[in-house]
Amino acid sequence: MMEESSSRRDFLIRSGRVGAGVAVACGLGFWLRERSRHPGRELTASQVRSYRIDIPDDVPRMVVATGGTPEALAAAALAPLGGMGRFVARGDVVVLKPNIGWDRVPQQAANTNPDLVKALVELCFQAGAKKVVVTDVSCNDPRRCFQRSGIARAAEAAGATVLLPEERKFRDYRLNGELLSVWPVYTPILEADKIINVPVVKHHNLSRVTIGMKNWYGILGGRRNQLHQNIDVGIADLATFVRPTLTVLDAYRVLVANGPQGGNLNDVRLVKTVVAGVDPVAIDALGASFLGLRPEQIPYIRIGHERGLGNMNYAELQVKHVSLE
Amino acid sequence: MSASNSPPGRVDPDVPGTAEKRKPRFWLRRLRRISQFTFLGLFLFLLFQSEFRGSFSRGAADTVRLDYPVSIFLELDPLVAFSTALSTHALYGNVIWALLLIAGTIVIGRFFCGWVCPMGTINHLFSSYKPERKGKRRVDANRYKKWMSIKYYLLFALIAMALLTSMQAGLLDPIPFLVRSLAVSILPGISFGLRTGLDFLYGTNIASLQWLADAGYRVFGTSLLSIKPQYYYFGFVLGAVFLAVAVLNRFVTRFWCRGVCPLGALLGLLSRWSIFGMEKNHSRCDDCNRCLLHCQGACDPQGKVPWRQAECHLCMNCEAACPEDVIRFRFFPKTEAINPLPDLRRRRALESVAAGMVVLPLVRASTGLAKDYHAGVIRPPGSVDETDFLARCLRCGECMKVCPTNAIQPALFESGLEGLWTPMLKMRVGYCEYSCVLCSQVCPTGAIWKITEAEKLGKAAAGDGSAAGRKTAGPVKIGTAFYDQGRCLRGVLPDFAEGDLGPGGDRGAPRRRHGHGPAPPG
Repeated sequence: MMEESSSRRDFLIRSGRVGAGVAVACGLGFWLRERSRHPGRELTASQVRSYRIDIPDDVPRMVVATGGTPEALAAAALAPLGGMGRFVARGDVVVLKPNIGWDRVPQQAANTNPDLVKALVELCFQAGAKKVVVTDVSCNDPRRCFQRSGIARAAEAAGATVLLPEERKFRDYRLNGELLSVWPVYTPILEADKIINVPVVKHHNLSRVTIGMKNWYGILGGRRNQLHQNIDVGIADLATFVRPTLTVLDAYRVLVANGPQGGNLNDVRLVKTVVAGVDPVAIDALGASFLGLRPEQIPYIRIGHERGLGNMNYAELQVKHVSLE
Repeated sequence: MSASNSPPGRVDPDVPGTAEKRKPRFWLRRLRRISQFTFLGLFLFLLFQSEFRGSFSRGAADTVRLDYPVSIFLELDPLVAFSTALSTHALYGNVIWALLLIAGTIVIGRFFCGWVCPMGTINHLFSSYKPERKGKRRVDANRYKKWMSIKYYLLFALIAMALLTSMQAGLLDPIPFLVRSLAVSILPGISFGLRTGLDFLYGTNIASLQWLADAGYRVFGTSLLSIKPQYYYFGFVLGAVFLAVAVLNRFVTRFWCRGVCPLGALLGLLSRWSIFGMEKNHSRCDDCNRCLLHCQGACDPQGKVPWRQAECHLCMNCEAACPEDVIRFRFFPKTEAINPLPDLRRRRALESVAAGMVVLPLVRASTGLAKDYHAGVIRPPGSVDETDFLARCLRCGECMKVCPTNAIQPALFESGLEGLWTPMLKMRVGYCEYSCVLCSQVCPTGAIWKITEAEKLGKAAAGDGSAAGRKTAGPVKIGTAFYDQGRCLRGVLPDFAEGDLGPGGDRGAPRRRHGHGPAPPG
């Protein structure tokens, strides 16, 4: 009968439907169960980001230039190293990493000198750089820091690309350091052919002095104030992770007390010095002397030396002194 | 629109005057719409600009200020001017602009509600887009109702409180209400959603999608997206109140404007003698009620009854809708068909004033303001003393929006019932940026007095500071922290101060003395 054949057909269709429904639900359930993992991160081998280049033995490892304007000092400090052309090749993307950490004006010496940054941007372009990026992950509100440090305007005027840190451009990196395992890093800093670290030397209330190695705090996002609990190991871990092409140390004005923020002009000394070099530990070791400190007094410099990141006994290296006065 | 568009039978040559019927002036309605969108756009633009986005073209020596007068809508607000004048016996800064609106309303009526007010425009949009009530039900809903006089009584109560130095008008004044709702809840919510979507695209690591995300950040980066995600204590309550007000429009056209808005009530009272208004030719009206279908203010535009001048938003919908040329807006209209007075009863009015005057002593006789005050009530830098502050603060939320560190948060009841949604610094969310004075730049009423960076840091030369509101020279104080040396273990146990915590006590960080308490012997 019509009705019976219809109901058999109906029976098959409806059974098929519920069968498929159950199968899909179960299949999905088991598949999702297989996917279940602890939401933690997997760790890999220690990572190093090296932007170093080979330098002939007869070239000094470090040049100390004194007297004169920041612009003149930058050129004078680089010349004995072979000029910017030794470090920056035609078509390179160069990242300059000054210290733009604080809502302070240049006279307060809490950030890198804007004239020095500007001079370095110009030297990079003269050496044939395709693009020069200037950026930092500030401690205070970055919009204020970039404006009030004078660095944004100076760098932009010289043709650099100034980047304010943006949350989405941080990526978790496996630093695999002693203290820093996995941490969000501001990727535009690492996406470069060459990196030039442009720290300012100043007093720091936790690490006693902040120079070049400490400046790499400025590539990190996240709750980096946690790192203050063990600041020296954190600094050494960062210096292990990032190996810059060149370090140009700003000691034009030196904040000798109440760092790292400063604010009081009475704490600032006019030293009129720029140091350029390729050994990050040696530069920090020498930089500490601006605050009257010996390298072995600074734990992170000692750790960096022990890890083989550089030589803190800078007197053993070829150091050239240039005076513009 | 010609007679052919009217239903058949509408044109009756026997009705006197039909022959020389004038065409309705649609351009007036169009002009009103243009005006509404312009002012809403301007309002939103200024709200988006209430954030320091930084400028790479500025040098180190330039001061950090917003580029636009972002609080101009608040300063134009007559209710702000009126109530702060009562509560402080003075007009602060740019609030003098409100005179423009007061004078304009006295001359031509409540044009602000129908043509300018951004809250009115938002209510208008929510009322017009696919409303719940259509046809006859909408016509009935648009007739004047008794409850629409509530706004006048609310106004009286708020004014009474202002007279007793408590600035509560900002709770219901539409401009502070809108700024607060958008700045503290709706915009942060939109920003959060948009950011999540764009960050998801960026996180895919597919170049084209990342390009799209970057483009999204560029397009919305100066409007809907704040520089950083912003968070506000109990912000969702403000958002919920705003959404409830918006949704009510679906049932009663411009519910807020008709029944609640104290600014509308004030403007209604001011329009008492206005020289611009509606002239109705009752004899031509054939009760089609099309005017009511589109009426915004519920001012009874239909024939046979007087026009309620105090309720009318001057939206011009009725004139454009009337097929019989009954309604005509003009200067110096004949007054026979005009009821210039709001629907008020003297007894109710006195009761509402009394209610406002009774509330304040009850609130002030509770703890919170004078006794057992909350240690967390840290007002933004430059704020005047707490009682003066409560006489001024509109809780508009401008300072919360502009704060670069998100530290300024809406209070709940920390400063008593009166202090609801006033700004306070919550240092667990952010900190007060050392040389930032943006909150004092945007405050329209001087609750946060305008200060310069030099004044904030105590570096202003003597005599040059307009440091009114501050009693002493020196840096601006936002709070006082002190050690109770009788309790502090550092002061009692010298060894503790020296860091001798025994094994495991040394965590590697250098230990510094804070310079409080007596020096340990030896």
